[in-house]
Amino acid sequence: MSRTTLSPRRERLARLGRRALWRLAGGILVLWAVATLTFFALRLMPGDPVLAILGGPSGNPTAETIAEATREYGLDKPLPVQYALYLGRLVQGDLGISYSQHLPVTRVLAQQSWPTLELTLSSLALAWLLVLALTVVTAGRRRWLASLASLAETLAAALPHFWLGILLLALFAFGLRLFPPAGSDGWRTLVLPSIALAIPLAGFIAQVTRESLELTLEQPFVLTARTRGLSDLAVRFKHALRHAVLPGVSLSGWAIGALISGAVVIEVIFSRKGLGRQLYQAVQAQDLPLTIGISLVVAAGYVLANIVVDLLYQWLDPRQQGNPA
Amino acid sequence: MSELTLEATLPQVRVQRRASRLRPGPLLALAFLLLLIVAALLPQLFAHSDPLAIVPHDAFHPPSQAHWFGTDQSGRDIFSRVIHGTRQSLFIGLAATALAMSIAIALGLLGGLGGARIDRGVGWLLEVLFAFPSLVLALLFVAIFGSGIGPLIIATGLGGAPGYARMVRGQVLAVRNAGYIEAARALGHPPLRIIARQLLPNAMRPLIVTLTMGVGQAIVWASALSFLGLGARPPAPEWGTMLSMGRDFIANAWWLTFFPGLFIVLTTLSTTVAGRYLQQRLEGRLS
Repeated sequence: MSRTTLSPRRERLARLGRRALWRLAGGILVLWAVATLTFFALRLMPGDPVLAILGGPSGNPTAETIAEATREYGLDKPLPVQYALYLGRLVQGDLGISYSQHLPVTRVLAQQSWPTLELTLSSLALAWLLVLALTVVTAGRRRWLASLASLAETLAAALPHFWLGILLLALFAFGLRLFPPAGSDGWRTLVLPSIALAIPLAGFIAQVTRESLELTLEQPFVLTARTRGLSDLAVRFKHALRHAVLPGVSLSGWAIGALISGAVVIEVIFSRKGLGRQLYQAVQAQDLPLTIGISLVVAAGYVLANIVVDLLYQWLDPRQQGNPA
Repeated sequence: MSELTLEATLPQVRVQRRASRLRPGPLLALAFLLLLIVAALLPQLFAHSDPLAIVPHDAFHPPSQAHWFGTDQSGRDIFSRVIHGTRQSLFIGLAATALAMSIAIALGLLGGLGGARIDRGVGWLLEVLFAFPSLVLALLFVAIFGSGIGPLIIATGLGGAPGYARMVRGQVLAVRNAGYIEAARALGHPPLRIIARQLLPNAMRPLIVTLTMGVGQAIVWASALSFLGLGARPPAPEWGTMLSMGRDFIANAWWLTFFPGLFIVLTTLSTTVAGRYLQQRLEGRLS
């Protein structure tokens, strides 16, 4: 054996690493486009940004204050110059000052990112837990059980998260008083929002996973595993699942986008701290730097999550290696 | 093809036809969609009272014989509002899906037929658009163009377009080199005619199902925006707006939000079930 050949495992890891780097480079390019697009799109916004800085048209600022603020925020320079300055600051990690909160955007983002991350991750985890419980146990079982579970999935996927959120709020927060109706401190405030986001998502992922699990259970290798005397649940969890989760895993990349969209509404309903609610407020207050900052962070999170999902997919299914995404 | 293989495939075809017979689920879904369409065209058939009539002493009545779905904070009949809201909600869903699909077809054709370089450009543009979650894209749009029904439709359509565009592009690439396209080209048909007559119809067929389900999803996203107060203006009977108005009273009047939401759920559910039924029918016929 020559020394240059790496062990297959090492070689796979190296290939995954190269892929990760390549995807990260592509991701940075996407983020640059996102930054450019938001910058120019938001310049089309009606209304004078200077007025937004000074507290809206009702603030009645004098001509001098307007001129001063225009200069202070660099709004008197031509657009290409503003864009170049903006990109230059962006590379240094400076996202400007929020018009509405008069704080550095990066500080607002630092405060608001964790609650949203917590919410999306707990929802995704809860959704997968529901999916596994529902599909692995019922797929390919007696017909009525499987069709009952399938009905539950279709119904779950059709439930809008905001309606679910309101119902949960009415029932468990105001009715039974089991959970707090608002706020973002402690795990108890996380329960109802996560359930509202997880149930529709679980419905979507479970539909795909059930179909693929049912196909997998008909594969010859499953029969082989059964003839080796493995129990039914062991066959399902140890052998079939790894194949069956693949479509669900690739759907999870999309799911993160859907979760962030959902987080906007859910954070508003449950009055939670977070990027979604902040974005909603920033848009209403015409707060350009904050809107751009949140869009960028959300896009970065989404791009990163999709790279992770892609790598996970490659790891779970070595047949995909060398396959361009 | 020999007679033997033909005979061997016949029983399979029969089995599939039996599987696609109308079962109670799809039947209910199609019936509900039909009722919705009738309600959208002729709301007076179902609801006799004025959806905007304010009757202060009737405020906050729970569901009863006189008011099936109860009344809201101004004494307006919620059943009547839900029925009258059908038109606007269905219209928003259909228009947004149509818009999303038009953008998707334009981008998909451009990518699928424009050559490798343009295709890479379109693929990259789609990746950039994907980096904005649909509601974030819609919020940005509303920030620029203001709220209201028009911007709401465009925002919802824009949010859905990248997903459809990816599918159309894949379909165009799959169909592009099919035998019938080659035949049409060999016959000397002009490219635009081939696109309109052969390429698009064949590329779009598998997407009909996605579109059916897409209308339901568009209604959900549009209601989410209305719910945030970015769609139809408050007294208007639109499902999302009604949810938004009822939100302040969830602690003691659940029916204000329950029934409009229920109609959103039933609509999405029906479009999903009907879409899946269509898919089975189409696959049965194609194989």
